[in-house]
Amino acid sequence: MKKTIASIALGVVAAVAATGASAQGQGTLAAVKARGQLACGANTGLAGFGVPDAQGNWTGLDVDACRAIAAAIFDDPTKVRFVPLSAKDRFTALQSGEADVLIRNTTWTMSRDTTLGLNFVGVNYYDGQGFMVRKKLGVSSALELNGASVCTQQGTTTELNLADFFRANKLKYEVVAFASADETVKAYDAGRCDAFTTDASGLYAERLKLANADEHIVLPEIISKEPLGASVRHGDDQWFDIVKWVHFAMLNAEELGVTKANVNDMLKSDNPEIKRLLGVEGNFGESIGLTKDWVVRIVKHVGNYGESFERNVGEGSRLKIKRGQNALWSKGGLQYAPPIR
Amino acid sequence: MSSVPERPPARGSVLYDPKIRAVAYQVLLLAALGFLVYSATTNAIENLRAAKIASGFDFLGVTAGFDINQKLIYFDGAVSSYGRAFWVGLLNTLLVGAIGIVLATILGFIVGVARLSPNWIISKIAKWYVEVIRNLPLLLQLVFWYNAVLKPLPEPRNSVQLNGIRFGTPDFAGILWMIMAFGLSYALYVGAGRIGRNDTERQIGKVAAAIVAALGAWYLLPGIGILRPTEGGLFFLNNRGLYMPEPIFDEMARLLPRMLIVGVVLAFMFRRWARRRQSATGKQYPVGLVAIALILGLPALTWAALALFDVNPVTFRYATQGRFNLTGGMQIYPEFVALTFGLVIYTAAFIAEIVRAGIMAVSRGQTEAAGALGLRPGPTLRLVVIPQAMRVIIPPLTSQYLNLVKNSTLAVAIGYPDLVQIFAGTVLNQTGQAVEVLAITMAVYLTISLVTSAAMNIYNRRVAIVER
Repeated sequence: MKKTIASIALGVVAAVAATGASAQGQGTLAAVKARGQLACGANTGLAGFGVPDAQGNWTGLDVDACRAIAAAIFDDPTKVRFVPLSAKDRFTALQSGEADVLIRNTTWTMSRDTTLGLNFVGVNYYDGQGFMVRKKLGVSSALELNGASVCTQQGTTTELNLADFFRANKLKYEVVAFASADETVKAYDAGRCDAFTTDASGLYAERLKLANADEHIVLPEIISKEPLGASVRHGDDQWFDIVKWVHFAMLNAEELGVTKANVNDMLKSDNPEIKRLLGVEGNFGESIGLTKDWVVRIVKHVGNYGESFERNVGEGSRLKIKRGQNALWSKGGLQYAPPIR
Repeated sequence: MSSVPERPPARGSVLYDPKIRAVAYQVLLLAALGFLVYSATTNAIENLRAAKIASGFDFLGVTAGFDINQKLIYFDGAVSSYGRAFWVGLLNTLLVGAIGIVLATILGFIVGVARLSPNWIISKIAKWYVEVIRNLPLLLQLVFWYNAVLKPLPEPRNSVQLNGIRFGTPDFAGILWMIMAFGLSYALYVGAGRIGRNDTERQIGKVAAAIVAALGAWYLLPGIGILRPTEGGLFFLNNRGLYMPEPIFDEMARLLPRMLIVGVVLAFMFRRWARRRQSATGKQYPVGLVAIALILGLPALTWAALALFDVNPVTFRYATQGRFNLTGGMQIYPEFVALTFGLVIYTAAFIAEIVRAGIMAVSRGQTEAAGALGLRPGPTLRLVVIPQAMRVIIPPLTSQYLNLVKNSTLAVAIGYPDLVQIFAGTVLNQTGQAVEVLAITMAVYLTISLVTSAAMNIYNRRVAIVER
């Protein structure tokens, strides 16, 4: 008996030592290639951003970002395993390697970028926090919410902004925090809270889940900056570059008018910028460990940023969110990608 | 050299000495375990450093920034630290654990005894309660109770309002009426016992006495001014919780807990005296009643005396209707109610089975012997069966207590701010220091469990049968 225990213990020690060594020696790209699949930290279900349907097919703006990375690596956007994560568990999952990349409407903040051991690659959706209330309360501004109960999801910047907003305006409130978005919405729907707060995009998406969506309104105030984006672990610059430039490639493709439909024709374009983007000229894909035609793969399978936006959250979706701040810089928005050259 | 030199007893190699082998294995195992812990720790530290993730315990002093609704100690997200958030969560866990254990024990004993009741309906109800409750997952039950608590309750604007009563000064006529009512009730009670020809008549008389007493209290207490109805509501119930008057303690209020302690000390002294008298003279004293009178009566008298001099040690702040919620007063949150409810009902089903097993372990002869001595069923259960059943009940009961505390971590599903939700949830997420936060959380639950089982072990040793 003792012999068995001792040998098991030694075996465990050996196994721990071995996994430790392999995890350090191998880059994320190599690990993803060896696995044949990208592990993407996704939302447990937020319409427009990341939600599985009844057949288990994931769709959404964040989901497209994952698929774009898979397309760039494997030329196959389906080689993604989505890891549904709650707000409070998401960073631990990325830190511990359960996911290769976290694209889950996550706000880029300084503490997350530094002490959590993450690197944010960019902003795929400019958002801000808002409130939703029942129409019959007769509230027209968030500043009237003195003494209200507010439902929110724990482990979010929302929870912190909420405290800041009420404190700064010298208003009292009661916070009721839930572990998942679903529980939060259900409690609000059951009347536990007067107001429900999350990112404005989330408010529109979650409103669709309510029993009577028409009885609720979103208040006009946006109380915070919520730049949502993808993040990766510290310490793997190659992987950081890949995730970052896949995002920029989708923006550049939109800016240069390269779409899912015309990408093959565009290969013959005379425009030097398009030539560089699509790998007709230069070695940009290879410089980050991918192939020359990496952007062709992305656009062919997923489309450019604008296409993805319209399909998931814009006019082509139930959410009907306007481009607004998320329009390209050339069209009055904030989306701006460095050039590929 | 006439004799063959004496050789030491054959013992082969040291390797085969069972004692040495046993020690060697222990040392080896310990070394392997030590190495495992060491390598895991250094590996974790190295990896955290490589990934540039903050480590250490400095974060406990950092301002939290988020708010918590149910808090037993002062907490304000703007100024309070993560360390304080830890204490808020811990106290909430202990609160639900302590209340849950007490209530689950009471309910469990009732159901356990009911299962053995000769009354067919009672025993069947108890049986189905146990069978249904313990075979459903706890998480499901918690979500059910949370919705069962939330859904039927009105919104704050239509709160269920309980107009309360408060103490006033009685008038003379009222006191006379009251004395007459209770006198009549007492006469009925005694008379029923004397005049009734059979059990049924006696029962009817006693019930009538109880009704007269209750009616007397209901109509006369407010009527004569001892208790007067309040103008506003005392208690409010809505889907934000139960609102109660919040006591505000005056300077003089410090006297009350002191008198309580005096009462407890006096009660203990009385018990010792009564025991000595009983063993000397055989005379019994109503120790329980006197103890209650001392413990509750002394503070009550103090309060009354202070009130006579117009010093109110405790005043109440009542909840009032605000635009969204009621403000002021003490609030019991629906999350707390649902969690306590769920845990109590679930754990009580297991405790009931333990109690039933314990009672059945007491041999039937004990009950019969008690019966032969003339004890009625109630006292038989209380004085003969349960004390003997306790030694079978206590050890498994301890594990149920531990389960209840550990199960309280499911609070996370219904938004009750317990240690796991606050500390291993929000604080972990914000600081990203999973290793430290989870280590602290695990240490806390380990400590709670060890303390609980230590206390139960001490109690177990007291009730265990003393073998001579």
